[in-house]
Amino acid sequence: MTLADFIIDLVRVVVAFGFLLVSVMLLIWFERKVISDMQNRIGPNRAGPFGILQTLADGIKLFFKEDLVPERSDRVVFKLAPYLAIVPALLSFVIIPVGGTVHIAHHAIQLQVADPPMGILFLLAMSGISVYSLMLAGWSSGSKYPLLGSVRASAQMVSYEAALSLSIAAVVLVTGGLTTSSIVGSQVAHPTHWLPSWNIVRLGVIPFVVFLIASTAEINRPPFDLVEGEQELVGGFHTEYSSLRFALFFLAEFMNTITMSAVAVTLFLGGPDGPIPHSGTHYLGPKWIWPIIWFGAKVTAFLFFQVWLRATLPRLRYDQLMNLGWKILIPVSLAWLLIVGAMKLKLSWGIAAIVASLVLGVGMVRALAVGKRDAAISERG
Amino acid sequence: MMSVNFLAAVAHVAVPDAVTFAVAAVVVVLGAIGVVATKSPIHGALCLVGTLIGVAVLFLEEQADFLAAVQVIVYAGAIVVLFLFVMMLMGVDREESFKDDPMKVQRVVGIIVGACVLAGVLILANVQWVTGAHSANAPLTGRVSNVNDLANSVFTVYLLPFEATAALLITAVVGAVLLARRRSVVPLVGMTESPEVPPGSPEVSPTELPGDDGGSVAEVAPGGEDKDQNEVVSQ
Repeated sequence: MTLADFIIDLVRVVVAFGFLLVSVMLLIWFERKVISDMQNRIGPNRAGPFGILQTLADGIKLFFKEDLVPERSDRVVFKLAPYLAIVPALLSFVIIPVGGTVHIAHHAIQLQVADPPMGILFLLAMSGISVYSLMLAGWSSGSKYPLLGSVRASAQMVSYEAALSLSIAAVVLVTGGLTTSSIVGSQVAHPTHWLPSWNIVRLGVIPFVVFLIASTAEINRPPFDLVEGEQELVGGFHTEYSSLRFALFFLAEFMNTITMSAVAVTLFLGGPDGPIPHSGTHYLGPKWIWPIIWFGAKVTAFLFFQVWLRATLPRLRYDQLMNLGWKILIPVSLAWLLIVGAMKLKLSWGIAAIVASLVLGVGMVRALAVGKRDAAISERG
Repeated sequence: MMSVNFLAAVAHVAVPDAVTFAVAAVVVVLGAIGVVATKSPIHGALCLVGTLIGVAVLFLEEQADFLAAVQVIVYAGAIVVLFLFVMMLMGVDREESFKDDPMKVQRVVGIIVGACVLAGVLILANVQWVTGAHSANAPLTGRVSNVNDLANSVFTVYLLPFEATAALLITAVVGAVLLARRRSVVPLVGMTESPEVPPGSPEVSPTELPGDDGGSVAEVAPGGEDKDQNEVVSQ
């Protein structure tokens, strides 16, 4: 590794870090503005033009608040938990390819902080680690509601990680590689047919939908935010947190939202790929800027979708959440994975797989119905 | 020209290599000591996570990327989470004193067994008559990433052992579910008192929480009654 490479890596890390912080600031403002629009309110409008500096003001306020550690808490773990939330949130963004390649002074710089061979598995590893922050925050607070919130959180996140992994496995299967750069590379096609080569079309829409639901549950966004259900759990796992530690949890949650949207774009919507406006070899504007614009536009659309979900859907009940995860998402994505694999082998195998999944699906539905009926009978006595 | 691969790049250079190893090794050993030395089981579990992540970094340094990722996803991300989950739910997170050990003999046995395992590992690291293959202590040369190599060997040469392992695991899970459910409905032979579940404690056991929707999957006891489980058991 030469000095130039080291500097390039350093710049990439710093830029990604700054970008994440700034976009979290904008996202919180965006979310509040959009929701207030949907609810026929004005929303934040005091700090800066259109209230855009509201988040900054809130951040400064949190920074100067008193930092409380409850008497009955486990101090070490209580202080450790917010960092366990923020570190995976920051790290998982490094594998996202934000754009194509930029040439500066004979150095080809890929717009991606790191491209480890384990690729998309890194995301799963990081989301596995982030479970700890919620669990430990709730447990170490030493009071009831945070503990209940954290027990819910761990069950929810471990359950939905399975569905998330299965939908990612379909993408990996059709790509033939784990790295995010190869996933994006396999979706790039000739500029005139950019849509059909994206994974959302190539895989059928099912894995995309499963990923969307599972990732929303994984980052505890509404309508899956039972972890912090106000009516039942006060504030959930972060009830006892205040000041900067609370701000870290908040920051991590929004960073995860951005990262998951970016991952969805990378996995299913071609990442930085798009209908580049050009005629022959003449691009409109510099060549490297279009991938970044497409990527940014797609991620913003996704973030709008997330905000929209929050403004529209009521929170699920706990049993509905678990039913959705274990009885619908996991079987559907398993069957779809089988079908995709068989289709890759041969068309006849694919049709056989579809028939087999349908038969197994009917069997499963029947088994669930019988179980429910028997439970009802035994309840009546 | 330049490696995008920041993590692997670290492993290529001599000096960071030694530093990475040293840091990871310290984390692994400290974590392992913490698991046995800390009083609270939750702290012990956290130290275990530290050890697992340290081992993952060591795997990464040996360019076993897939193994490192799976180590973190499966062990740190799922298994220890379940440990913690059970501890929190069952409320066994009270601190244990290091002094009052109900079985004094287990320390001596533990030291002896530990020494034997250490000796075994040291011997196995230097011979190959046990496994029949040379240990791979160098990066895989040529060809593709080790994910592809691993997939090739698991799904072609060693397909049968792989599938047999999968069947074994699923059997274990089904067995565990069956045992956990049976115990709450039908008394086992020689067990007259209500086992485990005292009337005051929460009705859910950790094994039935994920996927449980409040009894729709409950099996029917031979008598057709599984509503008041404690009563049935104490009959």
